[in-house]
Order: sequence, then C-alpha cells, then structure tokens
Amino acid sequence: MTRAPDTPPPPGDTAPIFGTHLFDGCAAVRGYALNAMCFSFNEAANREAFLADENAYCQRYGLNSEQLAAVRARNVLAMIEAGGNIYYLAKLAGIFGLNVQDVGAQQTGMSVDEFKAMLLAQGRKAGED
Amino acid sequence: MARIIGGYFTSHVPAIGGAIVRGDQEEPYWKPFFDGFPPVRDWLGAERPDVAVCFYNDHGLNFFLDKMPTFAVGAAHEYRNEDEGWGLPLFKSFSGHPDLSWHIIEQLVGDEFDVTTCQSMLVDHALSIPFELAYPKAKEWPLKLVPIAINTVQYPLPSAKRCLALGRAVHRALASWQGAEKIVVIGTGGLSHQLDGERAGFVNPEYDRFCMDSLAANPEAICVDSTKEIVRKSGSQGVEILNWIAARGALGEVPARETHRNYHIPISNTAAATMLLETV
Repeated sequence: MTRAPDTPPPPGDTAPIFGTHLFDGCAAVRGYALNAMCFSFNEAANREAFLADENAYCQRYGLNSEQLAAVRARNVLAMIEAGGNIYYLAKLAGIFGLNVQDVGAQQTGMSVDEFKAMLLAQGRKAGED
Repeated sequence: MARIIGGYFTSHVPAIGGAIVRGDQEEPYWKPFFDGFPPVRDWLGAERPDVAVCFYNDHGLNFFLDKMPTFAVGAAHEYRNEDEGWGLPLFKSFSGHPDLSWHIIEQLVGDEFDVTTCQSMLVDHALSIPFELAYPKAKEWPLKLVPIAINTVQYPLPSAKRCLALGRAVHRALASWQGAEKIVVIGTGGLSHQLDGERAGFVNPEYDRFCMDSLAANPEAICVDSTKEIVRKSGSQGVEILNWIAARGALGEVPARETHRNYHIPISNTAAATMLLETV
C-alpha cells in the first residue's frame, strides 16, 4: 500500500519490529549510567582504567545491578535490555577487541564465521535478483 | 553567486577507515565498494568545489545523551576528529567556513528550523570517511566544511519529511549566499543495516533500491514512511538514510540528475552504497 506524499504516517505505530529495540526516552533514561561509562571510553586512559579494575570503574559510573551483570557477562542483548545503546556499547566491545560483526554474531546466536557468511549470502542473493 | 554543483552520498561504515589505513582497496572483499569512487573523484576533480555541506550523524564522539540536538549546525573555524574508542585511525581536521555557517543558521531559524549551533564540534568517522573516499591522496582537505548533524541515535528522531524540508531550507540559504564558492552537498550513512538486537545483520536490497531509485527525481516517495517504518524496512541504523534525504533536499526542489550509482552487500554489516547526483 502506498500513501500519497502529503499524507502523514499513521499515528502510534506500536507494532513491534522483530529483534529490534528502538532507543527511546525510556531506554535513554534506563541506560544513562551504562552509556555514560561507555562514552568515557573515547579516552584511552579510561579504557585502561576499566581494564585495570573493571568493578571499580563500573561503580564509579553507578551502574545498576542489571547493567553490572550484563557487563560482567559480556552479554550485549542484556546490555541493550538494560538501556545500552549500540553506538556507545561498541566502544566497550572495542576494549575487548570485538567489532560489530562479533557483536552481531553474539546477538544472533551464530558463530562469527556464520554471521559473516549470512551477510555474504545476502549479497549474492541481491546480485542474482 | 555561489553555485551548488550537486552531491554525493555514501555509506560511512567505520571498517572502511581501517581498510583505507591497511591499503585493502583492491582486496576482493573491499574492491566492489571502493570501485564506486573513481567517478566521484573525477567529478570532484573537474568541478573543484570550495565548500562541502555535509549531513551526517554523530556516533558518540561530539554528542552524548546529556545534550542531544535533533539538528545541529557547525559554526566552527576548525573541526577535529578524536579517538572514538574503538581503534579507528585519527582522521584529518577540516577548516570551517563560519561566515557561511552563520548565514545558513540565520536563514534556517528564519525559516522556523530552530537548530542548535556549535562553535566547537568534533566530527567522527561518519563525516571523515566520505572525504577519505573522495580525496584519497589529499594531505589536507581542499575544501572548507559546514557540518550538519542529524540525530539518528535517540528517539524520537525527526521524520524523513522533516529532514527533506530541512535540506530544502539549507538549499534556500545556499541560494541566497552572496559568496562566489562552488558548493558540494554530501549525505552519509546507510543504506540498510542493523547492528543491534536479534535482527542484527538485517539488510533489505529491495528497499535500498527503492530509495536509490527515488532519490534524484522523487525523494518525497521515501518520506511517506514514519522513522519507525523506515527502521522496519531498512534496519535500526538504516535510518541513517535521513542524512541522505536531507542532503537531497539541499540540492533543491527540482529533479536532480543521477550520474553514478554503486551498491554492494556486505561491507561489515551494511548494504553499502554510493551515489552521485548533479544539479540540472
């Protein structure tokens, strides 16, 4: 169905999108401490301080118990559930040498090779269309 | 009178920065993407624009959640890149064009776009990588910069329709600028991709093709969807198409001429695209 260009989108699109967590005001409030800690990792000295004493560093930013557990478990979906935003979480992942494909693999339950292969297959499929 | 020569549009995947540093442009994984750039370079080499107006989104270098502007216009003398925390190379600084920035700001606010103004503003990979791609041999950037950042991080995001209107207001501002500069417009980000959640790795070539097919002649067609619907179709970060839409708006309301297109899946998690649109 196409709408005329002047027609505003339907109000209140509340239908969920599979596997997608919009980072809205609720998430931004819930995740503020976690995201603030991740934002601090723009500075090398802060990354080193985190690696030197992870618990102390998390405490300094006031992470709640859910956020602490998610960080300790290196569990990205749990971090998102606790209000983490992927752009900031990527800085935390970077400390462990993980890139967005490693993070994608973890969230989808694939191995990194499987995740990369899945993307390559989508490229091949698009090329055939 | 200033003249808008056209615009180029490109993905800004951070990994591209790493590939450039390693010199991987000819590697099989990267070549299909980098091969999209010679036509852009040739065009820029022939036109030699003096100023770039670049629509992009910040990924947590300059802006944090403490203050998150929907639309922010840089008005600095210089724009630096800094450590983004994940091992990217440091990119070159840009010279600003504060007089033009303030003219755009005056015109935008006069046009009822109440933008945030930034006299100090770091620019991240989303802005730098498109210049690295377009000017690979430059020791310093051969043009000045006016950066315009759009919030694609924290909802509510501006609608696509609003971003197109913002771009068109920027176009009116540029059209009324009395300088003699040649201006290139740049839109960065996209196309379909998703980094977060159980749907990570999602791409949608059919929707990307629709966006690319619509951009030059009928950008309004992309703007019928809410931002949430755009996320549904193009992934959480596919919503960066908002930068493309605003940049398209800055080329004006008349149809533009598509002179080049490149599309390749995947670069990292992203359906990567490059387009060149010239003003008619």
